[in-house]
Amino acid sequence: MPKLTIDGIEIEVDPGTSILQACEMLGIEIPRFCYHDRLSVPANCRMCLVEMERSPKPVASCAMPCGEGMVVRTQSEKALKARHATMEFLLLNHPLDCPICDQGGECDLQDQAMAYGFDRGRYRETKRAVKDKDVGPLIKTIMTRCIHCTRCIRFSDEIAGVSVLGGIGRGEHTEVGPYIEQAIQSELSGNLIDVCPVGALTSKPYAFTARPWELRKTESVDVLDAVGSNIRVDTRGAEVMRILPRLNEDVNEEWISDKTRFSYDGLRRRRLDRCYVRRDGKLVPVSWDEAFAAVADRLTGVSGDRIAALAGDLADAESQLALKDLMTALASPHLDCRQDGARFDASARAGYLFNTTIAGIEQADAVLLIGTNPRFEAALVNARLRKRWLRGGLTVAAIGPALDLTYPVAHLGAGTQTLQDVADGKHSFAETLRAARGPMLILGMGALARSDGAAVQALARRIADSVGLVRDGWNGFNVLHTAAGRVAGLELGLLPGAGGRDRDAILDGCAAGHLDVVYLLGADEIPGDRFGDAFVIYQGSHGDRGAHRADVIFPAAAYTEKHALYLNTEGRPQLTRPATFPPGEARDDWKILRALSERLGKPLAYNTQGELRRRLAAVNPAFGRIDQVTPARWQAFGAAGALDPAPFALPIQTFHQTDPITRASDTMAACADELFRSAETIATGRTGTDG
Amino acid sequence: MLHDRDRIFTNLYGFHGSDLASARIRGDWDGTASLLAMGRDRIIEEVKDSGLRGRGGAGFSTGLKWSFMPKADKTDGGPVYLVVNADEGEPGTCKDRDILRNDPHKLIEGCLVASFAIGATDCYIYIRGEFYNEGSAVQRAIDEATDAGLIGKNACGSGYDLNIYLHRGAGAYICGEETALIESLEGKKGQPRNKPPFPAQAGLYARPTTVNNVETIAVVPTILRRGGRWFSELGRPKNSGTKVFCISGHVNAPCNVEEEMGIPLRTLIEKHAGGVRGGWNNLLAVIPGGSSTPLLPRDICNDVLMDFDSLREVKSGLGTAAVIVMDTSTDLVRAIARLSKFYWHESCGQCTPCREGTGWLMRVMARLAGGQARVEEIDMLLEVTGQIEGHTICAHGDAAAWPVQGLIRHFRPELERRCLDHKAAMRMAAE
Repeated sequence: MPKLTIDGIEIEVDPGTSILQACEMLGIEIPRFCYHDRLSVPANCRMCLVEMERSPKPVASCAMPCGEGMVVRTQSEKALKARHATMEFLLLNHPLDCPICDQGGECDLQDQAMAYGFDRGRYRETKRAVKDKDVGPLIKTIMTRCIHCTRCIRFSDEIAGVSVLGGIGRGEHTEVGPYIEQAIQSELSGNLIDVCPVGALTSKPYAFTARPWELRKTESVDVLDAVGSNIRVDTRGAEVMRILPRLNEDVNEEWISDKTRFSYDGLRRRRLDRCYVRRDGKLVPVSWDEAFAAVADRLTGVSGDRIAALAGDLADAESQLALKDLMTALASPHLDCRQDGARFDASARAGYLFNTTIAGIEQADAVLLIGTNPRFEAALVNARLRKRWLRGGLTVAAIGPALDLTYPVAHLGAGTQTLQDVADGKHSFAETLRAARGPMLILGMGALARSDGAAVQALARRIADSVGLVRDGWNGFNVLHTAAGRVAGLELGLLPGAGGRDRDAILDGCAAGHLDVVYLLGADEIPGDRFGDAFVIYQGSHGDRGAHRADVIFPAAAYTEKHALYLNTEGRPQLTRPATFPPGEARDDWKILRALSERLGKPLAYNTQGELRRRLAAVNPAFGRIDQVTPARWQAFGAAGALDPAPFALPIQTFHQTDPITRASDTMAACADELFRSAETIATGRTGTDG
Repeated sequence: MLHDRDRIFTNLYGFHGSDLASARIRGDWDGTASLLAMGRDRIIEEVKDSGLRGRGGAGFSTGLKWSFMPKADKTDGGPVYLVVNADEGEPGTCKDRDILRNDPHKLIEGCLVASFAIGATDCYIYIRGEFYNEGSAVQRAIDEATDAGLIGKNACGSGYDLNIYLHRGAGAYICGEETALIESLEGKKGQPRNKPPFPAQAGLYARPTTVNNVETIAVVPTILRRGGRWFSELGRPKNSGTKVFCISGHVNAPCNVEEEMGIPLRTLIEKHAGGVRGGWNNLLAVIPGGSSTPLLPRDICNDVLMDFDSLREVKSGLGTAAVIVMDTSTDLVRAIARLSKFYWHESCGQCTPCREGTGWLMRVMARLAGGQARVEEIDMLLEVTGQIEGHTICAHGDAAAWPVQGLIRHFRPELERRCLDHKAAMRMAAE
């Protein structure tokens, strides 16, 4: 434990702590550009120089480990002079085009120039200009502004795991950019914008649309995958202008995926802003009253046994409970929250949660991926796996399609046969798991969303028992969901009741005419023709697949427009907050269901969201502990059954377009297009360097 | 003055063969096994006693540097490296070049002894790419020594194994900086690393590494044969031994010459280089240690001694002992402006003060050379050099700053005159 003195204050720190970190502990601000908490330390910006006794030169505090008896001065004349100097040098070739720069107002260079710079420049020579690089539809580059801190290079190499950026040329001619000019093939590329301390990398969709000081910031949670990344929604008036990550070490650290960050333009396209009723085969705009009346008319005299409900991927906990209560009031047992057709046993919590927790991945040392592509399904879970792998000593193997996950993955096999081998201990990886100190398996929807889902789940549980995935204080059994609403639905039991039908049975029932009415709560992933002649009520935010088939449409709020609870794949309840208002006549989902129940003469027992939340907590105490994971007990789950030898298929083929919001987004469409084109490039072997 | 009997590089001028047989006649590879038999600690002690300071420019004690390497009982059994820096690129310097092509066996023998002393498992010689023939000569020497069983498995019958590899660089000046050299050797872009950790802790492939200059390594076998005491008695205290000086510029007979450390500059030039062109009084200035050291005007040159400490006292440095002589016909400002351009061109661009500052220096110097600057800019220029110096990752920033500082320190009136003359000429032209 070295003890040192910084600005006259003694401090004892852990060995290996840098001077800069020690200064932070003391609340002493050290300016920096290249240093970033989560990246390697190149110490090349020279902004963090401090004076150290017995060192003739000022030292870079970010790279200098604390040593016993060091005496450091951060405010001495020498240190301040060094900072002034560096600041002046950084601004020499910087264009100083702050008035037309999107980073203006939230720019490290701007802020630090105010705090540590001169008030005028002395450089009278010509400035350097650098050609901009095309790195795809998400990131706008103005490389003349680059200060060569190399954060972006290190982020792409270390965190994103794609070595596409580098410093080309040397000296004053150094240019940071892609080796080959093409879209960055990473699902985390948007974070480059955040790590860039200047305006060299800015958001392309956000370009010239707003200034940071005009924006209202709302802390919320992302719902476009099941990770539940913490986000900040920036709005101006009624429009979402951009989405940024919020720090949460347990979930997303300080990164978010491109889908989370850039799909916000989908929130203002194809929105449902009023009710519709299908008359003579055409959807006709109507008032709420008329829409409710149409539903009430249709439901009159229909027995509960002929009514079904399906909840979609983006449905929040409140509306799913309201839907369940409504269906109970209507005496219908046919309801399911698994619109992808997953058929696992949800009787035990441990059987459908990511029990290790996302942060827990960092303690793992052997991972078996089963029917999942975490890179697409939960980009930040994949980023954690990579972070763990970078530290060394992690073995990853996969059963399912062979994948590039940015770290080496041993491909064991394609389907249930390999899984059976591992369970029987016939496969050598079973031994690897048994010998590991932190063994875990991740069961994806590719393995569960099939007819033998419950049997696969039981088989995975057998592996868990045979290799000892569950030990003291460690549960290595994980299910990786793809939908933000799914875990809440499972926790609330939005599942077929006694004698009820699951998704496939509901759809079969519709086709066979056994069901008359289907209520879709934002369920958009089911082809419309599978509902047969049933009367479809669609409640949701976007005019997507569900609305196309619907007979009655209720317009609802999207996740940026409501107070709502979502449980991520770990079962962690998190709150979204309204950053803006729902468009037109759209309303919060639970309120629509509550109002409808009134019209049907079976009013639900809550009038405010507070009452509804209390009921949520009463149904399942996990909902009461916001932001905390309630660990699941290790119980029996899964069902015996025949295994289908077909290989596991992946649930997500197109990372950028997975739900109504992303499908409505132009940005995401451009990304998907770009990715398709790059895939073509790879297929034809043309790299752009072939002349 | 160095006696012929104390000369180490007896084939500096290539009058004799560079092959193994000729080298043996000159005394190389004579009883190398008995040198190794001294043991690691004795060798390092002997080198420490000799007072040998690194010949690459910084002048750090070689024995001390070797003693930072993990001791025999403290190694983890992994590889340890000796890297020989043969990337001689400093303008004015050409000493290693002559050693490499005419006396390569001195270097190879030195590699063996030094590697043994630091417990190295492999030795790399990183040679500048432009040294094509020199590289071939070294490779031939390595092959000869390997065939003769002098290096390789059971080198010289000592039971110690050492492979020596030659690696050609691509000619970047910055790759002569030891950590940039290591990066380049690893196959990366040649950019200096941050210190700490020093190469002795984590160098090549993050393993303990010592990087030494060619001349440093090449003198070691002779030191061990004749004893550290012999070496330390040459020259002055703390600045002992012999040194190869490279004298170039406005002298009658430019040459490389091995001399005793601490020889007066004037003696060196007049004795070995045939004197300054047009006589001593025609001397304007001397850059005493390669392009990065500040120049010295004639009044200092009159009696300054050529060693590390004497030159430091006059705010310059011995560097690589590359003496660049400039007589009164020299446009000194243009000469230094050219050096500024060199340092701008060779900056790796990694850290801010050097990347941005060298360009600034280069441009202001270019204007100063033509007199197209204002007098106030001279002070600004001096301040800018101070902002670069000591703030960078490696010494390249210092090297860029020093020549300009030397110029301003000693020739300020000339700079001011130029600016004022130009201004007056412009005014006349306007009228």
